[in-house]
This record gives sequence, C-alpha cells and structure tokens, in this order.
Amino acid sequence: MLKIENLHVSYGGIQALRGISLEVPDGKIVTLIGANGAGKSTTLRTITGLVKASSGSIQWNGEELLGRSIDKIVGAGIAMSPEGRRVFADMSVLENLRIGAYLRKDKDGIEEDIKWVYSLFPRLEERSWQLAGTLSGGEQQMLAVGRALMSRPKLMMLDEPSLGLAPLVVQDIFSIIGEINRQGVTVLLIEQNANMALKIADLAYVLETGNITMSGTGAELLADEKVREAYLGRNG
Amino acid sequence: MKQTVKKSTWAVLLCVLALLAAVVVLENVLDPNKNIMVFAALKKGAVYALVAVSMNLLNGFTGLFSLGQAGFMLLGAYTYAILTIPAAQRDTVYYIYNGSAVNFSLPELFGGGTAGLVLGVLAALILGGCVAAAVAWLIGLPVLRLKSDYLAIATLGFGEIIRAVFQWDKLGPVTNGANALKSFPTFSSFNIQNAAGETVLRLSTFTAFLLAGICIAVIVLLINSTYGRAFKAIRDDEVAAEAMGINLSKHKRLAFVISSFFAGVGGGMFAMFANQAQAKTFTTAMTYEILLIVVIGGIGSVSGSCIAAFLYVAASEWWLRFLDAETFVGGVKVPLLRNGFRMVVFSVVIMIVVLFFRRGLMGDKELPDLFKKRRKGGAAK
Repeated sequence: MLKIENLHVSYGGIQALRGISLEVPDGKIVTLIGANGAGKSTTLRTITGLVKASSGSIQWNGEELLGRSIDKIVGAGIAMSPEGRRVFADMSVLENLRIGAYLRKDKDGIEEDIKWVYSLFPRLEERSWQLAGTLSGGEQQMLAVGRALMSRPKLMMLDEPSLGLAPLVVQDIFSIIGEINRQGVTVLLIEQNANMALKIADLAYVLETGNITMSGTGAELLADEKVREAYLGRNG
Repeated sequence: MKQTVKKSTWAVLLCVLALLAAVVVLENVLDPNKNIMVFAALKKGAVYALVAVSMNLLNGFTGLFSLGQAGFMLLGAYTYAILTIPAAQRDTVYYIYNGSAVNFSLPELFGGGTAGLVLGVLAALILGGCVAAAVAWLIGLPVLRLKSDYLAIATLGFGEIIRAVFQWDKLGPVTNGANALKSFPTFSSFNIQNAAGETVLRLSTFTAFLLAGICIAVIVLLINSTYGRAFKAIRDDEVAAEAMGINLSKHKRLAFVISSFFAGVGGGMFAMFANQAQAKTFTTAMTYEILLIVVIGGIGSVSGSCIAAFLYVAASEWWLRFLDAETFVGGVKVPLLRNGFRMVVFSVVIMIVVLFFRRGLMGDKELPDLFKKRRKGGAAK
C-alpha cells in the first residue's frame, strides 16, 4: 500500500503541492483528477523521485520513499508511464521494452514478460522491430504502458494515458488498464478525462491547486454535482 | 529470429577476417617503398577509425557532446611512449633533461624479443587507455553535469589544458617537455625479419588493423549489451530513462570513461603510426577531424565511422596529393595547383558530402542493415 501524508512540494518558490494526503490500497485502481496545474503530475513525479519534496512522507508498504534514489524506488516495484508517453524514439519497440526491464536480472522472467506485454498489446508484437518514433500516438501510449510493465511493478502509475488520443483508442487503453489491474497490479491513474477515469476507479481524489478537495469511490464522485459541473461538463 | 541474428554475426566475423587477410596479402605483395601513401593512409585510417568509434560511443550513442578526444589521445600516446622507449635510448631521447625519470621499458621488462615486444606494447597501450580512463573518471564528475554545448566547451578546454601541461618544462624528465618522444616500438617493429635483418613478412599494417579491430569489436559488444541500451535510452530521453531506473550520472560517467579509454588506446596507436609522440600534434584541430569523421560517417553508426575514417584519411592524405604539386601540361603551368590547394578542394568535397548526406553516409544504420531485407512495414518515417 502506498500512503502519502502531508506532502509539500515547491518548484522555485511556487508551491505545487500544499500538504496532500492520500492512500493507494493494494489491488485497486485509484485515480487523481483535476485541472491543469492542480499538481497531479507533480504528485507522480514526487513518488518516483524525479522531483524532491520539501516535507511530508510517502510510505510504500511501511517504508519511506522520500530521499531514496529513483532506481531504488523503481526497484521496489513502482513504475511510471510518463506524461506525453516519452518512448525512446530511435530504438525499436522491443528495445524499449527491454529498457523497461533494465533493473531486472532474471533473463527468463524478462522474456516471459515480453510475451505477456505482447499478449496485452498484440499491436506491439506486430511492430516489434519498428522504431518507436514511427508508431502512431495510440501505439506509443501502449508501448509506454508496456515498457512500465516490464519492470514487473506492484504499483503502476499512469500519467494521462488518454492525452491526445482518439476516443476509441482511449477506450482500448482503459480496458487494458482494467485488465492489468485484474492481473494483480495496483494502478494509480492521473487523468483529465475524468469521466473515463472515474468509471474504472475504485477510489478517486480531486486535486485543486495543490490541495485535495474531495475523495470517495469512483461511483460517488461520478454522481457528485460539483464534480459533474467542474470536470464532466454536464451542468444541469 | 535468433537464427538470423547468429547468421549475420558470423557473416560480419567472416568479412572482418577476410579484410585482415587482404591487408596481410596487400602488404606483402605491394612494394611498401613505392606505395608509402597507401600504407600510411591505411594505418592512420585504422587509428582514426578506432578513435572515431570511441567518440561515436559518447556523442552518437549516449548523446554527450564531448570534444576532449585529442586530450585523451595525448594521454594514451605519452603513456605508451614513456613506457616503451628502450632504456638504452632514453639518454638520447631526453638529452635536454639529462636522461629520463622513468628508467624501465615494458618490452624489456617482459624479457625482450618478440614475446616481450608483443606483451610490452599491449600492456603499454592498455595502460595508456587506463590513464585516459582514470582522468576521465576524475573530470567526469564535475564536467558531466553540463549539457550539450557547455559540455563541449568544458571538454575542449580540458584538451587544451592537458596539451599545455605536457609541454611544461618542469615535467621534462617525464614528458620530454615540448620535444618529441621517439625510438619506441612502432607498427613497423612488428614486421618479421630473418637473421640477416631482411624483412620476410610485413605485418605493420596488419597490426594496426588487428588492434583497432579488437577495440572496435569490444565497443560494438558494449553497444549491443544492456549498458548500450541504457546509453541509447539516455540519448533519446533523459527523463524517461531515469524513470526506468537508469542512474543517469553513473551511466554517463561510464560512457565517458569507456570512450576515453579507447581514445587513449587510439592515442598510443597514433604514436606508433607517427613514430613519435609530441603534445603539439594533439590539437583541437585533431578533435575536429575526428568529429568530422563521426558526422560524415553518421552519428550513431559504428560502421559509418570506420568507413568515413578511411575515406577521410585517404582523401586528405593521398588521393588529393596531386593538387599540391605544381603541374605543367604541354609546357603550360596548370593554374591554382600549388601547395595547400589540396585542402581547399577537400573542404569543398566535405561541404558537398554533408549537403547530400545530411545524416552522414550511413545515418544511424550499420553496414549489415543495408543487406537485410526491409521488414514489412518497417522503418517508414
């Protein structure tokens, strides 16, 4: 279980997170929704160790993650699929997946997981030798998710997987996120597409200008008037 | 799929062996005195190919724009020379400083003779690489925090400082100051002679090719390993690479140290080629020559660097020589042909090459890729 308590983060004088607390229980899909600049990405980047926190605590199964190096955090079973996909454009699809398993030493397990990722995303297998930069946006997103899965994480963090994708592709990606979760991976999902995110989430948090303003199950927030007004665009 | 990978590996290996055999045959069939230029170009080409590949490892595969190559070559060349000058020759070489501070010679320590020569030269080359690698490790920590152009400037400055330090008079007993180190074993030392002192089998060019070939093979293995993949990931996207758990500073430093090691070995080989080691030859211009080879060959292509190294050296040292000689056709002097005109033409050729091959001769492809069938739907940008 991931437990964040009173986390403060600031970049160059601007407070991006003003003391947020949240929990990601094992085996669940938890989503963090909010407008641009609310601090969603900052939260993920702080958990991975890409951004330093000014105070607070992030506990992963009882161990403190703050102050640990990124490779230790990834090694502890937390993977991130970054915003904007960020696949390694000049490397093949297969090489991208292998980089995802960089910290692992078990060769057989890696080969097995490549097959597993290919079974989740058959499109990637077809394009195994293609350079990642030549894939379509949807395929690149699949690759980013697959690459993160290659570290065989217990917690998978996805930063805006629907960004810039066609609605049908977004549905594909979300159904695979559900599938990954059913196979036992805890998911922390950040989304602008609140409607999609709340539908698959067990738990949800609403982030506004660095504060958590609401939380509840996905269904509760989906039914909440304020959330509908602010994030789902269905007032009345 | 594994089968095809193996097949192509064997094919590459066979080609390399064939090339080495061809070099031996060529060397023993052609008269070296009439073809000095050919063999000089081949040897220098082999040395430059190695240094270019080592630079490509850093600039092309890890995405670190470093311009310290000549500096690391200098370290390798001096280490090699200082460790291999025969003890008996030291007083002559260091006559200004009344003898050398280093009074042993590795080939002699290994018992002299052919075995001593081979072992001594190998050990000295490797130590030269190690000295370059150690210095790279030391300066890597502060310098690799810099990015792109700033890293280039810092490493360029490093090269200049090294050159100045090695010319410093106070270090004379070790470095021979601004004077050249000579009398050490060169590629020609590997020609096999009979008892009467006649050369029976020439192996000097072969030695250059073999040494460069082994080093380049090691670099290729590294590039295809997990580390190589991590280097490429850093080049493509630092943040994403870091998110995959790749320790950026450790890997950058590793790439820098390995690249410098091979630049150091290349420097030692350059001294063997030039028959002398002198700080003033390892200028920034030399780094630029190597950078030019990397760019012309294709940033991120090992075979491109090798091909470009030979083309570059052959064109600048050999094929265009006739442009430097004043020539008379039917009693009329051909205009423009005079000493130095070669370099004018050469510069124009380079500009044309760069205009037509924007990503270098090979882009980021390797030679074997050209023979492979294009996979269905592959490589369509």
